[in-house]
Amino acid sequence: MASTRDWLLDDSPTSRLQASLGRFYRIAAALMRNPLSVLGGLIILLLIVTAVGAPWIAPYSATGQDLANRLMPPSAAHWMGTDELGRDIFSRVVWGSQITLTIVLLVALIAAPLGLLIGAISGYFGGWVDKALMGVTDVFLSMPKLILALAFVAALGPGINNAIIAIAITTWPAYARIARAETLTFRNAEFISAVQLQGASPLRVITRHILPLCTPSMIIRVTLDMAGIILTAAGLGFIGLGAQPPLPEWGAMISRGRTFILDQWWVATMPGFAIIIVSLGFCFLGDGLRDALDPKQADKH
Amino acid sequence: MNAITLTDLDVSYGDTKVVHGINLEIAEGESFALVGESGSGKSTVLRAIAGLAPDWEGRISVLGKARTHGIDRQVARHCQMVFQDPYGSLHPRKTIDATLAEPLAIHGLSNRGARVEAMLAAVGLDRRFRFRFPHQLSGGQRQRVAIARALMLEPKVLLLDEPTSALDVSVQAEILNLLKRLRREQGLTYLLVTHNLPVVSFLCDRLAVMRHGRIVEVAGVDQLKAGALTEPYSKELLAASGGHAEILPT
Amino acid sequence: MAPLVDIANLRVSFPTPRGRVEVVKGISFTLGRERLGIVGESGSGKSMTGRSILKLIRPPGRVTADRMTFDGIDLLAQSERDMRAIRGARISMVMQDPKFSLNPVMTVGEQIAEALVTHKKLPRRQIYERVIAMLEAVRINDPARVAKLYPHEISGGMGQRVMIAMMLIPEPDLLIADEPTSALDVSVQAQVLDIIDDLVRDKGMGLILISHDLSLVSRYCDRILVMNAGTVVEECVASELQNAKHPYTRGLLAAMPTLDESREELPVLDRTQWAGT
Repeated sequence: MASTRDWLLDDSPTSRLQASLGRFYRIAAALMRNPLSVLGGLIILLLIVTAVGAPWIAPYSATGQDLANRLMPPSAAHWMGTDELGRDIFSRVVWGSQITLTIVLLVALIAAPLGLLIGAISGYFGGWVDKALMGVTDVFLSMPKLILALAFVAALGPGINNAIIAIAITTWPAYARIARAETLTFRNAEFISAVQLQGASPLRVITRHILPLCTPSMIIRVTLDMAGIILTAAGLGFIGLGAQPPLPEWGAMISRGRTFILDQWWVATMPGFAIIIVSLGFCFLGDGLRDALDPKQADKH
Repeated sequence: MNAITLTDLDVSYGDTKVVHGINLEIAEGESFALVGESGSGKSTVLRAIAGLAPDWEGRISVLGKARTHGIDRQVARHCQMVFQDPYGSLHPRKTIDATLAEPLAIHGLSNRGARVEAMLAAVGLDRRFRFRFPHQLSGGQRQRVAIARALMLEPKVLLLDEPTSALDVSVQAEILNLLKRLRREQGLTYLLVTHNLPVVSFLCDRLAVMRHGRIVEVAGVDQLKAGALTEPYSKELLAASGGHAEILPT
Repeated sequence: MAPLVDIANLRVSFPTPRGRVEVVKGISFTLGRERLGIVGESGSGKSMTGRSILKLIRPPGRVTADRMTFDGIDLLAQSERDMRAIRGARISMVMQDPKFSLNPVMTVGEQIAEALVTHKKLPRRQIYERVIAMLEAVRINDPARVAKLYPHEISGGMGQRVMIAMMLIPEPDLLIADEPTSALDVSVQAQVLDIIDDLVRDKGMGLILISHDLSLVSRYCDRILVMNAGTVVEECVASELQNAKHPYTRGLLAAMPTLDESREELPVLDRTQWAGT
């Protein structure tokens, strides 16, 4: 194994692949040195494994009702108890992880590239392009996230897909702002002037030279925002505008459990724990990534 | 044919005009220096020729062809620039290989790997540097990469903006030797901007002294070596950098 | 007379992932009320040497020495609080770039006055007079007007002169100038160094001039230390620099182009020659 490590850390790599793998290895090593980010990574890994393996992990169906066993406290048969329709809460939490993961991934896939591109274009060209794009961005930024998402869902109709679109629409402006600020710091750098002088088109300069520099801070920001996205999705579910019953969405589950919170605490609490743990996991990982991806840190190693 | 001809060139940044009425002819194969203190407009002239200061009036022609304002793909093939700061002129997240291959990719040139290796050899960098990142290189090595990048498109004219002022003396000597050798081997034309007169004496044939955006004096390097510059301001500059000659063993 | 600064076996080290690395490897020198130049290239440890005298190296950096005294005071034994009383009042430091060293929201006059007030109690009227006199001493025309300006309203050369005024107004015994003119134009460089030179001579202070520029140091100093890779490779009288013996010093001298350059190629340092020493 020592030789693989040496190969990765080689000061004079002999191929493009070795150079980029080496960089990746250094980042991963920096991440592994931070116990909290390792914990965060493990939580995210657990979330992914749970989501993928839900059919095998969940002992019961997520939607199958068993009215004889309504509102049972946690026991060996039902680890997290059952809800008002006798459904096994543990199974619902497990199946719910699929929904959470889908929401998080889709929002990240829609909002981050959109914000990145708009911000980079805005910052690179400046002038009226910047004014126009940032004007739109500011309009979106100035409205409270949940209210804006609510308005969209209300207009498009409740449902998980519309909730994802609504959340994506509310998150991209923040990314556009970051990407623009980063682009402004690089726009007049000499290495950008150098590629311009070689005759590179603006599209090439933005996609090949500016975006790679904005990506690390974007990854960090998106990871840290994941917690917020999960909470917004849960919030929408809670007020009945997100996932519709009988889908086991965590926020919706809390909402249903609210009625019994005093007598059957586990109904609302169990999915609540799931949300907290996953949110924390993303936060820890994001903090770790911030240290690992910081170029000044990278220089030291 | 002249490599660079400037006719009545005025350059402005925003509302302020920083270069006034420059007329200059630089022959092909010549090494010409623009000297002056900060704020004299010497770098601005260079940036206007490169296309980085598009707000100019008058006429700039490179190798006999008038250039347009802004970046010009055709000019790019013949005229490249080396920047002052070797720490700021290389993309921090790209390997040396990617940096050098980029101009080839932009102009659709083939056989990139071989060209990159050949150029690394030409600027005196071992091939093990090829896949390193800029932060793994010293200042002098980075400046070699920057010179290599400028030469990838096989230009005829090289614009040099204080290429050694951020380097240590011993590294400066290496880079100056490299620039001199490359010019000899590839028949390049240099337009060098610097405040360092001894560097001009080593690398250039002619020089123009600039002050407040105007050319004060154009002289041959022999005049510089003999200390025979005529204008009072040129003499002042000469006196200020005179210390270098005093202490050297001759 | 006892030396102003006496340093023996000074070592400065910083931690890296591969263990502690020494950037200054056991250097010793003494300084009277004279002008000492420390020259070297980047990474030679010259700036770290200057900073360690003021104890400006923060953890995890570590400074050790067998002896480090200033005017009889054992600097190694001083607490951070004691050092604050020494810094500025008795030892001052001029840094490379005035842009980063001046407070942008205070006028020039206020900043110079503050440097004085921190260390001495004086009536306001007298402080103002001292500030104006100091600005005159650094050859600023119309000091009363300049005292009211903010740092962004003055040029780099003037900024550096203001810095010098600020550093010298408490009348320290030792001035450490770390690349004081590298950010300035050649003609302004000479002016600034002449001012430092005059003030140092008039007040009988000690000066440590840290620079990468051999010719500059040889012009403005009495004695020179040449540093390379954390050690002093050569120590000589400034006027004798051209007779330097160490191959590193000789290499540096030869590598500089001259105004009447006739060599086809500049000699390049062969770094392997003294590597490991």
